[in-house]
Amino acid sequence: MTMDYPILSLVIWVPVIAGGVVLAIGDRQPRITRVLALIGALAGLIVALPLWTQFDRGTGDFQFQELAPWIARFNVSYHLGIDGMSLLLILLNCVTTVLVVIAGWEVIKQRVAQYMAALLILSGLMNGVFCALDGLLFYVFFEATLIPMFIIIGVWGGPNRVYAAVKFFLYTLMGSLLSLVALIYLFNAAGGSFSLLSFYEVPLPLDVQVLIFSAFMVAFAVKVPMWPVHTWLPDAHVEAPTGGSVVLAAIMLKLGGYGFLRLSLPIVPDASHEMAGIVIALSLIAVVYIGLVALVQADMKKLIAYSSISHMGFVTLGIFIFSAQGMEGAILQMISHGFISGALFLCVGVLYDRMHSRLIADYGGVANRMPVFAALFMLFAMANAGLPGTSGFVGEWLVILATMNLNFWYAALAATTLIFGAAYTLWMYKRVMFGAVANARVQELTDIGMRELLVLGVLAVAVLAMGLYPAPLGEVLHESVSEILRLAAPGRKLLIGL
Amino acid sequence: MQYITPLAPAYAEVFLLIMVCAILLLDLFLRDEERGTTYALTLATVLGCFLITGFTDWGGEIYTFSGMFVADSMANLLKLGIYISVAVALVYSQAYIRERGMLRGEYFLLALFAMLGMMVMVSANHLLTLYLGLELLSLSLYAMIALQRDSAVATEAAMKYFVLGALASGMLLYGMSMLYGATGTLELTRMADAIATDAADGTILLFALVFIVAGLGFKLSAVPFHMWVPDVYQGAPTAVTLLISSAPKLAAFAFVIRLLVSGLGADYLAGQWQWMLVIMAVLSLAIGNIAAIAQTNLKRMLAYSTISHMGFLLLGVLAASNDGYASAMFYVMVYVLMTLGTFGMILLLSRAGFEAEMLDDFKGLNARNPWFAFIMLLLMFSMAGVPPAVGFYAKLSVLWAVMDAGFIWLAVVAVLFSLIGAFYYLRVVKLMYFDEPVDHSPIAPGAGMRWLLSLNGIAVLALGVLPGGLMGQCVKSITLSLR
Repeated sequence: MTMDYPILSLVIWVPVIAGGVVLAIGDRQPRITRVLALIGALAGLIVALPLWTQFDRGTGDFQFQELAPWIARFNVSYHLGIDGMSLLLILLNCVTTVLVVIAGWEVIKQRVAQYMAALLILSGLMNGVFCALDGLLFYVFFEATLIPMFIIIGVWGGPNRVYAAVKFFLYTLMGSLLSLVALIYLFNAAGGSFSLLSFYEVPLPLDVQVLIFSAFMVAFAVKVPMWPVHTWLPDAHVEAPTGGSVVLAAIMLKLGGYGFLRLSLPIVPDASHEMAGIVIALSLIAVVYIGLVALVQADMKKLIAYSSISHMGFVTLGIFIFSAQGMEGAILQMISHGFISGALFLCVGVLYDRMHSRLIADYGGVANRMPVFAALFMLFAMANAGLPGTSGFVGEWLVILATMNLNFWYAALAATTLIFGAAYTLWMYKRVMFGAVANARVQELTDIGMRELLVLGVLAVAVLAMGLYPAPLGEVLHESVSEILRLAAPGRKLLIGL
Repeated sequence: MQYITPLAPAYAEVFLLIMVCAILLLDLFLRDEERGTTYALTLATVLGCFLITGFTDWGGEIYTFSGMFVADSMANLLKLGIYISVAVALVYSQAYIRERGMLRGEYFLLALFAMLGMMVMVSANHLLTLYLGLELLSLSLYAMIALQRDSAVATEAAMKYFVLGALASGMLLYGMSMLYGATGTLELTRMADAIATDAADGTILLFALVFIVAGLGFKLSAVPFHMWVPDVYQGAPTAVTLLISSAPKLAAFAFVIRLLVSGLGADYLAGQWQWMLVIMAVLSLAIGNIAAIAQTNLKRMLAYSTISHMGFLLLGVLAASNDGYASAMFYVMVYVLMTLGTFGMILLLSRAGFEAEMLDDFKGLNARNPWFAFIMLLLMFSMAGVPPAVGFYAKLSVLWAVMDAGFIWLAVVAVLFSLIGAFYYLRVVKLMYFDEPVDHSPIAPGAGMRWLLSLNGIAVLALGVLPGGLMGQCVKSITLSLR
């Protein structure tokens, strides 16, 4: 599918340029700044919409490709293109950006322009990651996203924000620097090209594949995050402002899963199969152990952060089963988790804006004072627990089904999430929302306003729509997933000996 | 082929020397309030040199003065870099030296002499020319550091620099004398020929090589010859630190290439200095990055950061291939660009009676002046090697050259240390963005400073978005200049 204008470039650069404009306008009139930021975010969404309508669902090739030389010395090109997986993630990103800008409307009072600009630029850069078909371009976008997120956590975050921001930055940088070495190695192996498509074809001996896989693994496992390199996430989430948490959970974590599917599997398929056992084990640990950790959290944001890690365990599990069902489940789980975790962080944000506490113990009986909010929060809590009919069910169910084909016990372990997930989410919900009004401050709570209702309402519709009728998403994914599986077939590019 | 007079390749140097003498005389007749004229003339001289070098690219290698002097594309490109960086340094330091009573003719004359020294170094094809340029540069810098003669720190720094610099020069001279003994010539190209035909005694050559590399290590400020760097950077007036840390690194790069590659580039010698440089590079990366974490003084921190950057530069050189040299050249150019900006920021925040050299002086800069905070943010991320700032591409090309030469483990070591390095650059960003300001005095730089510093910051980003041009120039000049 080709277009007569560079649609992917627009998807990347419209938000970035909008961010630059917002930054230039500054804080002299915050109202104008906010309106401009919203226009920028909406423009970013609107330019992305034709992708959905024009996307050719009958092919697994990269579509809307753009190719221009960029750095002659390293033969790097500005090569963009998307498949079904990128398409869904880009749309998720664009929608989330709009919601986050609205959610930060009144909450962010200091340095509004910088906050909005950071969000917009971040959104554009993440679209860049999802579009890049050149290894170096991918890396540049992947790394560049760290800067705005570092600023968002550090400037508008909670009391321990500096620690969280620096930890976030260094952890992710550690992961990606090693993958840079792997990319340079591949550049040499592929005869002087950073193009992912040429990486897909270059034959590699198994031991080299394993090393490259490990380098990528560190980068993407930190990002997902997988147990045991997940410890930055609870810190980052707890300290980040609501908008930052939403973007982090909804989109940024997906960069990891996306990286596995776009780089690890097709470039080093044999090592991926070789190491699948380890990844599956780590995923199951994340699902079960982190689920238990979530159960004992006293801080709502921390609880949701741990729940994120546990749910992302499903993503890596689904990817490394190497079946169409599991992979589609993993991708759907990424999208669904984007909606649900975003919504849950927004819900906590709603409470935090009113009470300035995230501790479960400070709440109780909120439902008495905020009935509309309670209903929406209930929906998201149920979705997080994987209730059929919500989006949370679709991905998990597919992944469990696929795992069952592989090994009954893996599936049994994975399925415990349905119990633990329900336990920690609903238990938190019960303690916060139900019962008698706990204290005077809860008594003074007012229900959500139009702005909050709009944001949560959109997400609620998305969660329900995806849960009840996921078929359109599946259609977009089918061909792309089978193409990734074809590239990830074992023995396709194995080279014995050097 | 057009006829070129023997003097033609050195027109820029000749012009500069004439202008220095003219300014020296003219300055005698100027009153203190008229020093602006000296400043303007100095800048005009640098511009003149820029135009001469820019428009007299003869292409290929032109030897003159009986082979003592060479004008090739590497020299031309490096000279252009030197002019720009000296001019930028002068503009940045103008307000600073005026407020500290250093706005005297000597400052500008010494700067110009230092620049002449660098130009001679860059174009040297003879050990004597090389040494002449080096000493002209070093002596001018010693004097500049001690320009504030009442300042105890500055005098101490100058003394330290002088003593250690003299020691390094001594080592170099000793090495050079042995080279002369072994090959019977001081001219680098002939020396290479003599070595290639096995006319020279290998043992003496190796012995000489050790001394030469040690001397180079001093000048490059690589570990274990780095002891002077933090003290000199901290003790010298910031305007002079800016000068020391920027353009001379370009000359030092040329120095390394001329000596090690043009002179001692034979395979069996390259195999030897390659491993010496490996040790120096790894140590520089380790000590530079780790020691920088412990610093509270920004100038001192940048001194250690310089050491680690020189480690990266050495990585490019030790790849011992044209790709490696071109990467190192790109690296040093990018490094100079970033250093100019960073010291420019320190000068920007300093004012009469106040040196903004502590890390804490950058607290809350975002609240005081978002634009300059943003520029410093770009500079710091560039130094840390985070894309899309240009520092990333510099690191990338060096890493690639090192891996191409078969040193994958070195690339892994380098990225691990740059991870450690990222921490202290992040700390500056943290201070500017996450902390509240303690100092609320307004930041009101002059127009020249404001525009140039902004341009400097934007260049770091713009070159990051489109690094291909400068990279290509470096590759081109290296392939044209080295056989």
